[in-house]
Amino acid sequence: MDVSWFLVLSAFIFCIGAAGVMSRRNPLVVLLCLELMLNGGNLALVAFARMHGDGGGQIFALIVMVIAACEVAVGLGIIVAIFRRRLPVDVDELSDLRG
Amino acid sequence: MWFEQLMFFLAGIGALGGAVGVVALRNPFYSVLALVAHLIFLAVLFLLLQAEFLAAAQVVVYAGAVMVLYVFVVAYVGGSDEPLRPEGGALRVLGPMFAFVLVVELCIALLGSSLSLIDSQGTGVQAQFGSPAEIGSLLLQKFLVPFEAASYLLLVAAVGAVVLARKRRGLEEETA
Repeated sequence: MDVSWFLVLSAFIFCIGAAGVMSRRNPLVVLLCLELMLNGGNLALVAFARMHGDGGGQIFALIVMVIAACEVAVGLGIIVAIFRRRLPVDVDELSDLRG
Repeated sequence: MWFEQLMFFLAGIGALGGAVGVVALRNPFYSVLALVAHLIFLAVLFLLLQAEFLAAAQVVVYAGAVMVLYVFVVAYVGGSDEPLRPEGGALRVLGPMFAFVLVVELCIALLGSSLSLIDSQGTGVQAQFGSPAEIGSLLLQKFLVPFEAASYLLLVAAVGAVVLARKRRGLEEETA
């Protein structure tokens, strides 16, 4: 099985996630699309690890999964805090920090 | 060999379908379920790349634990459908266009560049490649510092999430 197939698939997954991050308004779905982008990167890392026969790429993918879990925990905490303060759960409305 | 290719195309189509479902479904709850399906198909792809430990961790940690967190928050916040707004702004149109341009560019970069100089069939790997024993020895010998840094990062994220999401007396009454 040619490794470049996996790389093209990872590029597709990454770009679908990027489209979702830019076009969705619910912050929960934006976080899900960020997960998609990270998974696209993960697939490319594992494919390169297989290509070179080096386990370092798999460790990198494992660390990326840890980072994704941290990002989910903090992001969901922010969403719950937004909901508690009865602010709209919508990334277009939450523009107080816009310069 | 043909079995491997069949599995690749089945899992690839499943992963792409799950990804499209995450972006296209309007109810956040269904988006989470689509992401779970996407993660499981991705684990099959990891198995094809001989990353057994990573595939197991993907299913147990990601599809099992992280997604449960999502489901709880969707249930708490209320998974209401996004209203379709016609005045969505330029980003709604530019986002998919940008993603299409990005995928074309990435495919050109991946398929047309010097990547073809590398043996893309992959080198021969020994039998224990990607096994828990190999991953464990790599984590505790060669990559000990990233491993410890990741564990501290998890601790910081857990404490931060609790601090962010806890009930604040003063603020609640002030804004209510």
